[in-house]
Amino acid sequence: MSTGELPFAITLDVGSSRANRTGSWRTEQPQYVRHQAPCGRDCPAGEDVQAWLALAEEGDYEAAWRLIVEENPMPAVMGRVCYHPCETACNRVQLDEAVGINSVERFLGDEALRCGWQLPPPAPASGKRVLVVGAGPCGLSAAYHLARLGHAVTLRDAGPRVGGMMRFGIPRYRLPREILDAEIQRILDLGVALELDTHVPDALAAMRDGGFDACLLAVGAQLAKRAYIPAGSAAKVLDALAVLHEMDRGEPPRLGRRVVVYGGGNTAMDAARTAKRLGAEEAIIVYRRNREKMPAHESELEEALQEGILVKWLTTIKRADQGRLMVERMELDASGYPQPTGELEELEADSVVLALGQDTDLSLLEGTPGIEVQDGVVTVGEDMMTGAPGIFAGGDMVPADRTVTVAVGHGKLAARHIDAWLAGRVYEPPPAAAAATFETLNTWYYTDAPQTVRPSLDAVRRSSTFDEVVLGLDAASALFEARRCMSCGNCFACDNCFGVCPDNAVIKLEPPGSYQYEVDLDYCKGCGMCARECPCGAIEMVSETI
Amino acid sequence: MPPYTRVPFLQTGSLVVGNRLLAPEQRTVQADPARANAITCGHRACQGCGEALGARYALDAAMRATGGDVIAANATGCLEVFSTPYPESSWQLPWVHSLFANAPAVATGIAAALRAKGNDHTRVIGQGGDGGTVDIGFACLSGMFERGDDVLYICYDNEAYMNTGVQRSASTPPAARTATTQAVGPDPGAPFGQGKFVPLIALAHEIPYVATATIADLHDLEAKVEHAMSIRGARYIHVYVTCPLGFGVDSGDSIRIARLATETGYFPVFEGAYGDITGVTKIRRKLPIETYLKPQRRYAHLFRPRRRDEVIARLQARADRNIARFGLLETGPQGNGAGVTGADANGDALGRVDQLIEAGEIL
Repeated sequence: MSTGELPFAITLDVGSSRANRTGSWRTEQPQYVRHQAPCGRDCPAGEDVQAWLALAEEGDYEAAWRLIVEENPMPAVMGRVCYHPCETACNRVQLDEAVGINSVERFLGDEALRCGWQLPPPAPASGKRVLVVGAGPCGLSAAYHLARLGHAVTLRDAGPRVGGMMRFGIPRYRLPREILDAEIQRILDLGVALELDTHVPDALAAMRDGGFDACLLAVGAQLAKRAYIPAGSAAKVLDALAVLHEMDRGEPPRLGRRVVVYGGGNTAMDAARTAKRLGAEEAIIVYRRNREKMPAHESELEEALQEGILVKWLTTIKRADQGRLMVERMELDASGYPQPTGELEELEADSVVLALGQDTDLSLLEGTPGIEVQDGVVTVGEDMMTGAPGIFAGGDMVPADRTVTVAVGHGKLAARHIDAWLAGRVYEPPPAAAAATFETLNTWYYTDAPQTVRPSLDAVRRSSTFDEVVLGLDAASALFEARRCMSCGNCFACDNCFGVCPDNAVIKLEPPGSYQYEVDLDYCKGCGMCARECPCGAIEMVSETI
Repeated sequence: MPPYTRVPFLQTGSLVVGNRLLAPEQRTVQADPARANAITCGHRACQGCGEALGARYALDAAMRATGGDVIAANATGCLEVFSTPYPESSWQLPWVHSLFANAPAVATGIAAALRAKGNDHTRVIGQGGDGGTVDIGFACLSGMFERGDDVLYICYDNEAYMNTGVQRSASTPPAARTATTQAVGPDPGAPFGQGKFVPLIALAHEIPYVATATIADLHDLEAKVEHAMSIRGARYIHVYVTCPLGFGVDSGDSIRIARLATETGYFPVFEGAYGDITGVTKIRRKLPIETYLKPQRRYAHLFRPRRRDEVIARLQARADRNIARFGLLETGPQGNGAGVTGADANGDALGRVDQLIEAGEIL
């Protein structure tokens, strides 16, 4: 309004304060951001956990499942055997309890099998052929991702059935076989050529003879480690992998009434719990170190103890004879290593099951130049490729934690690198967003809700059957659990920023743009209320440049 | 009573403004892109102004409840000054400002005029800050109450004359530093034993509705305004609003401070009718008064250069008195059933919250 043209002391028409652009007061402006939630950051299979939980929260289970299988083709298996580092990392731990991500994943996986949801169809054929050796979690995951990318995949395994350690290492009570079979079948249905009972003695030769463009080795670690135990001729000493393998073949081994399992890993737990189910009155785990040093996962130890498994900590086996063992008590030295004390004790045992870890059979790489082996495992680069061009490796045969989820992650990563390598490119993983830490959240806004505990089979009943121990959540509980997610670092459309702005300077976008809201910089004074009251830390205040 | 119950679970339940998991009618007026925005953009309130926010919250709710058929009479104060620098106005409803002292009387006059014209649908709101309400306009307010005029009067209480440079009002709390109660001498800040709590005085007039609210609980505030607009007669709502300038807090902390005011028991949130208290909004996570005092520079002299434990203890005793007097703590898993209760707090969660408090966790 140019007042110069107006007469003195005239009454002006009412104007709107919108003429006053208060944005000029600002020294900082809010910016919508997406940060990486800790669950996804720590997922060995690279699932975007927060994103699929957000879909599950809305009750769109199929969309949630579809987001999982973008990264991991076996949610129902994961929901049973994964040690869920996502839950360990979950920010909600600092509020009450971690979100039961694993149980929601299992619910989604089971729902998919129940409803018959199918994996997305493969891309048009690339004309490239890839050989995957080993049909365990790594090989299956790689086969899935390679098939989806349009490559012709041949999956070869020396064993009689597909699944690897998921079938021959993990007992039924943790992973029912119909679940495993159904999720594997879905992968094979993408057109993966499966060749069982086919030993690959030489990787290079197999590649050349079959006319393959690339090869992924995922043979796992199948050779049981042995410890020298002086044993009388009548002593019964078995190896845990063989026991679990025989179980799956339907030929339960005769272990006797008193069974001692030697070792402290997850396989030792599986063997002891299996022995108990086979009718052993006493199943005792003998482990040379203490509970803190035990490599077995806490939940597996806890379930074993609930089932009446006994553990003799800080103990080694000196000698095995028929019906009894001589054991020695150990002490941890200053550096945490067990040292013998000379105190001996006798233990009754009809059989001893050794569960002392596994090695990889690397004979198929003997003729291949460029391969580097260290500590019994194959060295691979960031791209999962061995020293030999076109030969990649993953799973238990490369240096990493030996879990199903890590193997699935390796399979995916290897597949993406193989895909790029076949096209003469280099695969660049998308850059990780900044971490959504607990400190960036305003947890006031989350309702109080403790974790829904998955119902467990009564310990007495489960120790005598091979029924699944941990049961799933029903739909209502799974939905409840998903809604405990705090969506760390990612807007979930709560409207707080839109509501709390004293200057009406937040615009709600309908339909949403790249974000659900937008800041009206003409009027935003930069007070910071939106950022402070954002529950999930998805708004950051950024200094204005002057 | 307002039909407002906190929605349990659903991620953020009804603790947030909107929440995509709630049905649209369970979300607040503020979540609606078509809200009235009674005070529109470009007003000259300070960054993070709690009063601008509180007034929009209340008036938008009143606009929705009446289909936009509302007239407002405003006392002098921040709210008037920052919204209407001549010739601009931020108001998106018929709005009049007369004097500091007479907003309740002006509102009464508007209501009388409407009645004289046979208009029974247009509703009247009087509003002002604590200066215009509890001090300067108090006689007019009390008159409006005792005559039973058909006006909803809303006080936005930021506990001092902020517009003119933070002078003490009868709503300024003890120990707070203002320009006229400096943090000097043996008893720094505003004196104990002075001031008044107008919501209880309003209740003593035995009018149809009295409520308190804060900018930290939007669902509660909106439910109270909506209820007030559903009845006739003299009604009073007293809204705690943070003043970042006068309290000496960061502009982004306005809502957080209001939340601390309720969670410590400093500011009781309740409602009443005809002289009786009829409902109380329970404390969700009880906190010591210190968590409320510490972030505010108007209380800085309680902590520096030396800690004045005796003053903090007196302020804690005031909060404790509120908690006991109004019954601000949850008595059982279901609450006491009066008014708004935390229906989402089951026994387990309560136990954990107690532990959090013992562990010194703050918001």
